[in-house]
Amino acid sequence: MTDISAPAPSAGSALLRALKSFALLRESGVAMVGAGLVGFWILVAIFAPLVSPFDPLATLQPLAKPGADYVKGGGTFLLGTDLLGRDILSRIIWGSRTVLIYAPLATLCAYTVGIIMGLAAGYYRGWIDDVLSRLSDIILSFPVLVLYVIIIATFGASGLNIVLAITFASAPGVMRIVRGLVLDLRNRDYVAAAQTRGESSWYIMLVEILPNARGPLIVDACLRLGYVIITIGVLGFLGLGLPPPDPDWGGMINEYRGMAMSFPHMIVFPCIAISSLILGFNLLADGLREISLRD
Amino acid sequence: MLIFIAKRIGAMILTMLVVSIVLFLMLEFSPGNVATKVLGPYSSEEQRQLWLEQNGYLEPLYVRYFSWLGNFAVGDFGDSIRFKVPVSEVLWPRLGNTAILGAATFAVMIPLSLVLGVLAGMKEGAKRDRIISTTSILTTSVPEFASAVFFSLLFVFYLGWLPGTSSMVDGFAFKELILPVLVLVVYDFGYVARMTRASMAEVMTSHYIRTAILKGLPYKQVILRHALRNALIAPFTVIMLQINWLLSGVIVVEFFFAYKGFGALLLEASLNQDIFVIEACAMVALFVAVASQTLADIGYTYLNPRIRFS
Repeated sequence: MTDISAPAPSAGSALLRALKSFALLRESGVAMVGAGLVGFWILVAIFAPLVSPFDPLATLQPLAKPGADYVKGGGTFLLGTDLLGRDILSRIIWGSRTVLIYAPLATLCAYTVGIIMGLAAGYYRGWIDDVLSRLSDIILSFPVLVLYVIIIATFGASGLNIVLAITFASAPGVMRIVRGLVLDLRNRDYVAAAQTRGESSWYIMLVEILPNARGPLIVDACLRLGYVIITIGVLGFLGLGLPPPDPDWGGMINEYRGMAMSFPHMIVFPCIAISSLILGFNLLADGLREISLRD
Repeated sequence: MLIFIAKRIGAMILTMLVVSIVLFLMLEFSPGNVATKVLGPYSSEEQRQLWLEQNGYLEPLYVRYFSWLGNFAVGDFGDSIRFKVPVSEVLWPRLGNTAILGAATFAVMIPLSLVLGVLAGMKEGAKRDRIISTTSILTTSVPEFASAVFFSLLFVFYLGWLPGTSSMVDGFAFKELILPVLVLVVYDFGYVARMTRASMAEVMTSHYIRTAILKGLPYKQVILRHALRNALIAPFTVIMLQINWLLSGVIVVEFFFAYKGFGALLLEASLNQDIFVIEACAMVALFVAVASQTLADIGYTYLNPRIRFS
């Protein structure tokens, strides 16, 4: 049995492949800019304790303008402080952790559920397909934000509920894409070969079909990550996001909204931060799609 | 065609029924919770029991659901807990305000995105295409609340041209409509423009367009007479589906600008656990969304002769 199936990829070849796809990325300027923006924020999130000038929760000096000095302790508030005297820059830096943990987590959950649903619908067809497709039509027909607001308001605002709500609302979209790809791939010869070998259905779906559907899925995942970041930001902005005091970009914008006209610095910088991260993922998706179409 | 329309409308009604059951179970499964929300956390046990009896909440769940559904079908949504008036008295004026906002947004967004999409798709990969495509990625990457902040700072704070809130307390004010519409258009037009561009680019590579160009027709005529007709079928569907997106967008924009619309009402109701308003808003939003999708499907089938005659 083992001599027919492809050899398991070793760690070395995986690294080589990653390097190769990075080299491909360099062909597209758009993708490079996107990767740069995303990479920047990932580095900021990882090294938050090192690059953050102050404690994001400490109340230091209220309403300092950008560039003002910290009178008591020394140092400069590059982006100013908020009403409670917390350093905006530090809060943005630590907030990148929040968004870069919850957004990929929620996207991953949505993909896991969506891929399983899509594989089952596309491979088994029949009543499973009918039920799953009808169900996802119903969920997708709802205006997304209406759905989020109702779910979060009913079940409470917490990290877990946000991830669950995003999974619930996004999995059907992933399912549709996977189902379409599977319908195409299930007629390939290697699937027939695996069926003849007597492999189980789920082995065929996960090992033979899924890896061959990865191209469009990766592009979609980048777009969806950007969209999930918008969603988390919007929920924070509407007051339905993660509970305070942990820094969260959307929440910061909601908190300082009332003072936007007198102290624009409090609200502009979190907006720039979130927009740049989303832009990064969208450019990356666009560049990847361009590259995948070229081959 | 008639069978197709009947099927689509059937699916639409089915969707609304399924959602209404889920919504009802989510918000009214336990009568005790409903009574607590209506009478407040400090009501006594006797008061709640009395309220439950008077309002028919001691009936079995399915009886309650069908009477709720019956009332809903004739537009009786119950009383708002917060405003102490029938929900419909609050809901319809708010919905009207949102319709004004939505209509204004569409009136600006559709011509803009179609023109930009066609211009970009006419010559795929040209400089004009690159500029338009990159701009549309840029604008769709800025969430509505962020662009609302940027535009407010520019037009309200620095230039002082426009009011920062759009509550329209003194009747309709055109000036107060500008910023909300601008924010919605900037966020939404990129998507429609990209779809139009893709559709236009596909048509431009087709044989009949090549024939038209090769036989010497003026370029303008090729675009206007031959390409546009086919290129604008796909965007029609996309535009109808934008209504669904707009219903999400208005929540953010109405909240930001304190616009007294439907989205703000839904948000307030959700934050205050005003369950009958939530139910009404959710069902109305769903109806608008599903109806526009059904119309999009029917319209697309009608516009596309390859489907219409098969």
